[in-house]
Amino acid sequence: MVTGRALGTFGSIAANADLARRAPEIEVAPKLRVEKLDVHYGAFQAIKSASLDVPENRVTALIGPSGCGKSTFIRALNRMHDVTPGARVRGRVMLDGEDIYAPGVDPVSIRHRIGMVFQRPNPFPKAIYDNVVYGPRVHGMRDRAQLDAICERSLRRAALWNEVKNRLDRSALDLSGGQQQRLCIARCLAVDPEVLLMDEPASSLDPIATSKIEDLIAELKADFTVVIVTHSMQQAARISDFTAFFLSGSLIETGTTVSIFTQPKDKRTEDYITGRYG
Amino acid sequence: MDQPAQRRRRYAAVAATDRAFLVAVYAAVGLFVLLVALLFASLVHGSWPSLREFGFRFLWTSQWNPVTNQFGALPLIFGTLVSSFIAILLAGVVGVLAAAFLAEFAPRWLARPLSFIIELLAAVPSVVFGLWGLFVLAPAVRTSIGPFLQKTLGFLPIFGGPIYGVGLLTAGLVLALMILPTVTAISREVISAIARDQREAAMALGATKWETVAGVVLPAARVGIFGAIVLALGRALGETIATTMVIGNRPEIAASLFAPSYTLASVIANEFTEANGKIYVSALVELGLLLFLVSFVVNGFARILLYTALRRG
Repeated sequence: MVTGRALGTFGSIAANADLARRAPEIEVAPKLRVEKLDVHYGAFQAIKSASLDVPENRVTALIGPSGCGKSTFIRALNRMHDVTPGARVRGRVMLDGEDIYAPGVDPVSIRHRIGMVFQRPNPFPKAIYDNVVYGPRVHGMRDRAQLDAICERSLRRAALWNEVKNRLDRSALDLSGGQQQRLCIARCLAVDPEVLLMDEPASSLDPIATSKIEDLIAELKADFTVVIVTHSMQQAARISDFTAFFLSGSLIETGTTVSIFTQPKDKRTEDYITGRYG
Repeated sequence: MDQPAQRRRRYAAVAATDRAFLVAVYAAVGLFVLLVALLFASLVHGSWPSLREFGFRFLWTSQWNPVTNQFGALPLIFGTLVSSFIAILLAGVVGVLAAAFLAEFAPRWLARPLSFIIELLAAVPSVVFGLWGLFVLAPAVRTSIGPFLQKTLGFLPIFGGPIYGVGLLTAGLVLALMILPTVTAISREVISAIARDQREAAMALGATKWETVAGVVLPAARVGIFGAIVLALGRALGETIATTMVIGNRPEIAASLFAPSYTLASVIANEFTEANGKIYVSALVELGLLLFLVSFVVNGFARILLYTALRRG
């Protein structure tokens, strides 16, 4: 189990909660470093000066009640707010030490490196194959053999290959919701991103489909850095190594998932994980 | 009085009002259905002499001659279809591009007033378009647009022959302008209805704005866009006064788009006052019946397309 492994790594330190909280910075290099991020929608400030380190090849969960800003936060990590009318982002998001909001940085190339899976499965109304290779095609790949290889590899990584290998030319909309979501993950993996952002990827799925997605996330972190928004604390506890708790646009507390769930430092975190908030 | 009895009486009163309201609603809707049915029935009745006299020959003979009482609608069908087709071709391309711009690229401060102006264009009475077509566009076709087309593309028969100014091309251009708001406004709505998550999926995969629109949004909207164009086609087919003013009103089939022509609606508008004789009147009513059926089918088809497109989005 994932949490078990995190316990193994940090188990000895976890006794000292303070050390456990700082452990990520010591042990794992941050893939993404968010510094003093503010997001405004018009006059409304949705994120207030949030700073967070996202360690490489780990799963970082963002939790908090509805409307706390966790989705807004994750969308800032690959510049999806660029296309939201009225949204303004301030602060820095460092990807391998380089600010993705620096002037002259092309958001398209950033999204190439930081992929995103959304809350509702959103396959294109095209064939399964065309969905998976959409990204590589957009980036100029035309060679059929190469595209075939990418398609198979991505679908295998998304644990969907065996279910769809005989009907790649069928419409993606014929798949079940859980399969559609894994297809969206495969589509995302096909462009070979370094970071995978997932905004409540299982919230519209049934329990079996959800557990498949969770197993998949556990496997994906070997190759990718994963950031996942979830409204299910059980899910965060099951799959993540690190957890960040948001409340009313502020990042209240971050730490290893074990420490957040066993020894929260902040009263508000404790109230939330013990079920005294939404 | 005890409580339950009071409540029962109140419920009974409410139920009676509900029933009365229901009856009124059904009656209002039923009236529409009845009117359409009556309209159809009276058109069939009115065109009966002509239907009996000419049968299906009415549709594919080219003589429209009130003097000899020979009535064949083919030139009118031809003029209606060709002028509408020109309009659809031009308005379709321009309208869809404009809709894509308004829905996807224009900043909001620009998109709002532009959409407003385009919708105002739809409110201009068609006689005004006709007037403009006759006094501005027709001379322009005669002196510059026509000669230019003839010089560059004159080897095509559709751009051959003498240029009168009024004719199929001018009618098509005026119609294009008139249906442009329909194509643009409805296509914009259809494009906007394409779920945001589709756009975001493409953007998140590193597609540029243009790649997103061309590769994802427009293909997803194609059924609805087609519906918008068919709806506009319905308008063009039935347009009367503007076409009558600029098409030249000659019931002949010519290869050239510069040649004068005639449409179903124009014939009715021009000739109903002077129609004498049972067969003549009845032939005009049969043209009306034709237009009625064509508009009914075209509009119904468009509505079904738009319904599925907007519901899915």
